[in-house]
Amino acid sequence: MSVLAPGTPAPDFTLIDEDERPFTRADLLGHTSVLVFYPYAFTSVCDDQLTLYEEVLPDLAERGATLYAISADAIHSQIAFKAKLGSTIAQLSDFEPKGATARAFGVLHPDGHPQRALVIVGPDGAVRWSYQAPSIDDLPGANLIFDGLDEL
Amino acid sequence: MHPPRGLAHAPTPRSAHAPIAKHRGRLAWMSVGDLRSAPAPPLDSADHVRGEPGWPLVIIYADFTCPRCALAHVRLHEAPLRLAFRHFAITAKHPRAVPLACAAEAAGLQGRFWEFHDALFADPGHSADPHLWAHARTLGLDLERFERERRSEALVERVREQTRAGMRAGVAVTPTLIADGVLVPGAPGAELIARLTG
Repeated sequence: MSVLAPGTPAPDFTLIDEDERPFTRADLLGHTSVLVFYPYAFTSVCDDQLTLYEEVLPDLAERGATLYAISADAIHSQIAFKAKLGSTIAQLSDFEPKGATARAFGVLHPDGHPQRALVIVGPDGAVRWSYQAPSIDDLPGANLIFDGLDEL
Repeated sequence: MHPPRGLAHAPTPRSAHAPIAKHRGRLAWMSVGDLRSAPAPPLDSADHVRGEPGWPLVIIYADFTCPRCALAHVRLHEAPLRLAFRHFAITAKHPRAVPLACAAEAAGLQGRFWEFHDALFADPGHSADPHLWAHARTLGLDLERFERERRSEALVERVREQTRAGMRAGVAVTPTLIADGVLVPGAPGAELIARLTG
């Protein structure tokens, strides 16, 4: 399994948002989305990753990009995680079926949780750039997201 | 003074959690320049460096509120390395990250950066203004000048520039060491220090 390559249409998927409503491929259309797949809420690398990206949200906004953080935790866990971090990044849950969206994007870890990966989806719903960290302990720098946005 | 936090990203189509409109002016002030990959800047006169000139050079990106950085300080303090300290102060990580960085820079303007740096790491968790004033008094700083300068736009901007330069170089956590152009995240262990010191 490998993360979807640039040029590939984003797959159909259903995640759950913080209002417990479905979030699907259609919700990605019309704007640039940065999907941040992360393994588990309340783990140190994930903490560091989301606080780092929080810091550059203004820069992403200037580029017209919206960040979504996706894990296979239940949405209520993600909401609590988000509150703990003081984060404003939208959380989307890949809990049921567990990891289905991660699998569809090619970023499901053998242990059943998402890999640590970044996928930029363009306004047309196509993958424009993607990156999977060498291991779940490796934190992709914010610079990589901006390198990826250059591919649009 | 520290940058406002919690600024919203572009609103998600399905969430009311990101009211960008009312923050747009602050967003324009906050985001400056390029964040694409670039090597860490070479040392210049603004850098804080200590250690013998002939010792191996290591750049450390760190944050005074970070416990791992305090551990790195303990482990590196007496190593035969020429250490260059750069700020990686993330407000979203800790609200006092930038104020402490600015305080150290203000001490540096009075020639006492490293002493203030050591004082901050020796007293972790005590990051309120009275603690900073106590350190400044102990070091014999001009307190009025220290207060004025640590709250200045110039020092906030210096800290932000260093942090963003670190981001461009791929720094994502603190501490991150850079030796011979290679990034090594995390507090250094004995094996790494042995390798760095040759």
